[in-house]
Amino acid sequence: MQGEGHAVCLPADIDTDMVIAGRYLRTKDRSIWRARVFEDLDPTIAPRLQGAVIVAGKNFGCGSSREQAPVALREAGVVAVIAPSFARIFFRNAINVGLPLIESDLACSNGMKIAFSIRDGWVDAGGKRYKVRPLSPRMQDILAAGGLVEYWRSHP
Amino acid sequence: MSSLSERILGASAGEYVDRTVDRAFAHDGTGVLALEAWKRMSGVRLSDTSKLYLHFDHIAPANNSTTAALQHELRVFAKSSFMHFSDIGGGICHQLMSEGVVLPGEIVVGADSHSVTLGAFGAFATGVGATDMAAIWLTGETWFRVPESVGIHITGTFSGAAEAKDLALSYVGKLGTDGATYHALEFVGEGMNHLTMDDRLVLSNLSVEAGAKAGLCYADDVTVRYLKERGHTVASQDYESCTYVENLDFDLSDIVPVVAVPHRVDTVKPAEQLSGLPIDQVFVGTCTNGRYSDLERFARIVKGRKVTVRTIVVPASAEILMKATRSGILTDILEAGCTIGTPGCGPCLGYHQGVISEGEVCLSTANRNFKNRMGVGGEIYLSSVATAAASALEGAITVPEVT
Repeated sequence: MQGEGHAVCLPADIDTDMVIAGRYLRTKDRSIWRARVFEDLDPTIAPRLQGAVIVAGKNFGCGSSREQAPVALREAGVVAVIAPSFARIFFRNAINVGLPLIESDLACSNGMKIAFSIRDGWVDAGGKRYKVRPLSPRMQDILAAGGLVEYWRSHP
Repeated sequence: MSSLSERILGASAGEYVDRTVDRAFAHDGTGVLALEAWKRMSGVRLSDTSKLYLHFDHIAPANNSTTAALQHELRVFAKSSFMHFSDIGGGICHQLMSEGVVLPGEIVVGADSHSVTLGAFGAFATGVGATDMAAIWLTGETWFRVPESVGIHITGTFSGAAEAKDLALSYVGKLGTDGATYHALEFVGEGMNHLTMDDRLVLSNLSVEAGAKAGLCYADDVTVRYLKERGHTVASQDYESCTYVENLDFDLSDIVPVVAVPHRVDTVKPAEQLSGLPIDQVFVGTCTNGRYSDLERFARIVKGRKVTVRTIVVPASAEILMKATRSGILTDILEAGCTIGTPGCGPCLGYHQGVISEGEVCLSTANRNFKNRMGVGGEIYLSSVATAAASALEGAITVPEVT
């Protein structure tokens, strides 16, 4: 799986309450999550997420197990999230909803072009190629299928 | 020698394994998305429903027609699928699973981050998201990466007014919110002998706030006795010395009342330093501190006196509420001027039953103080039950007296 996008830089320890606040969870209307993503962090950020690769600090996605967090990011057009580390439930959830995650500590500047390959384990950013730890084979299969729902639909 | 996680999962740290789970539970929050995902996966096939549980606790009872409609759909599914179902007022999923359901050595998965609470029984208990839960409904299995373990070595006994929550906040403060990411915590040492089942549930509950995948206590005489009272005969788990990736030592006699200040659980300060900070609301409850022993300790401090700020007490389960009613401590709490909420998560996650206003401060016995969590622009401080009780009486953060 490969992709590319423009960087949107975020700090460390972004919790899932920050990605999508609890007050917007009681719905299945994904357009609400798309519109309200990161509202408590920066209410102007949502339009910049279309085609974006988020480059965040460590421990991205900590806190609540809410799957609406990675869904909201995907709905908003985020192509992938790169961070030195992720909270583990967020990690599983993101892969399960088809949002690629890459564990890497990149120097980020907003708007820089980023390209990546999950399968081959590299990220190109700021004229440099970074080698990254590949996902487990199972997670690669789930991501390649488009998410865990699609994975199970093709493994009945 | 192996860690308890390695023994239960039957593989070594770092290995990926597929395992049949012994118990899987979800709630009205995560259940909605799990049901949607399960319908898209199959909509027909369900694994052994005797192992599946659904509890309505997050918005209980429903606060508006949107929530009511989502809960209706999930309730109909739960009843028709014959999985174990607890409707609104039954209590918090983690508490219900701790009332004689989860047993030592089991693999337990919950669609909620605080599912780690059940590690207190010597089970491997961890949180997953909604789609993972849907796949477990479908197959009864999931995959795990066997975690490395961090040893939390406990000695001594509590002295002064400190309680298990103060120890829990202290270890999160030491580790940091990502100090144990991808790892399991193991609470070991002779000091564990002095901790009750309720104390252990608090220690395991907070482990996810340090990023941990699980937080385990070895089953011992305390565990065996607790489960015996609930009709289960179980064996203790022998501790084998094993290699931990990190070790932390705590002497219980050094633990003092502490408070986690906004907006991070790992920003922990002695309550003494915050003494006198005005508060607008006190909340006692949640999967951290809504148990009978918590309500009893709270009642003992406020009995015969009056709280000076609005104080919301939410028992973690119907069983606890009933016990508090029978014993009379509920009357003590009401006579002190507190109000009682429906057993469940209450205001912890900012949906209902005690949302705070911009500029207000809540002192809470919960486990999260993230920005805006209980209401936009409000601030959350986290403390023990004793600190919450003393502070409710004074209307400001107050160090509890030694009782």
